[in-house]
Amino acid sequence: MAQTGRPLSPHLQVYKWQVQMASSILHRATGIILAVGSLIIVWGLCALAAGADAFSSFSAFAGSLPGTVVMIGWTLAFFYHLANGIRHLVQDTGKGYAISSFVLSSWLSIAIAIVLTLLVWAYLLLGGHA
Amino acid sequence: MSKDLRNPLARARGLGSAKEGVGHWMQQRITALALVFLTVWFVLVVLSLVHTDYATARATIARPWNAVLLVALIVTMFKHAVLGLQVVIEDYVHTRWLEVASLVAIKFIAVLAALSGVLAVLRIALGN
Repeated sequence: MAQTGRPLSPHLQVYKWQVQMASSILHRATGIILAVGSLIIVWGLCALAAGADAFSSFSAFAGSLPGTVVMIGWTLAFFYHLANGIRHLVQDTGKGYAISSFVLSSWLSIAIAIVLTLLVWAYLLLGGHA
Repeated sequence: MSKDLRNPLARARGLGSAKEGVGHWMQQRITALALVFLTVWFVLVVLSLVHTDYATARATIARPWNAVLLVALIVTMFKHAVLGLQVVIEDYVHTRWLEVASLVAIKFIAVLAALSGVLAVLRIALGN
């Protein structure tokens, strides 16, 4: 990098941990995960178009243990990115920047992601067979 | 303050921003807004199909409204993904050639994946 002598802002290590650090980096991390996951969605659609045999190998992956772990991870990443994405859209209107509401909405994104993931997988693993 | 904070080369060239930041920012938000609805719809469709068979799944995707929304989802999703990954790469990849190569690679992959997804939906919707 060019030596410019510009003043540098203090970086992460000088701060006490706070939830906004997690909610911020998790948004990027889940975004990357979902970008990779979108390739799995395309795989599923291509398999569905290709025929029953191709689709059964996709279903076999999705139903296997590694496949299920990937799907649960995708679900968690999706609900977090959705909840926190809506939080960011609200903040883009200039609302929710008071420290208390900023912290609360960070926790809310994390909590909503966990609760919705649990609900979906409870439905899939327990209720769906009925 | 008397000291100029730009580096000497930037000052010599007198370059400002590329004036594309607002467009990028706005596209990311508009695709995000669309994806709030499209992805929730998609998850509900998938949940409704998980415990059904191949023919039912295919017939559901083939319905015109589902096919249209699915194509909209695929295009919007990959656009949003490229916009997001682009910023991540620009922030963290400091080796110039690697940065440019990554930026080009994600665009190539996203376009190919989006086209494959759209073609798959069309094949299902048009029945071959």
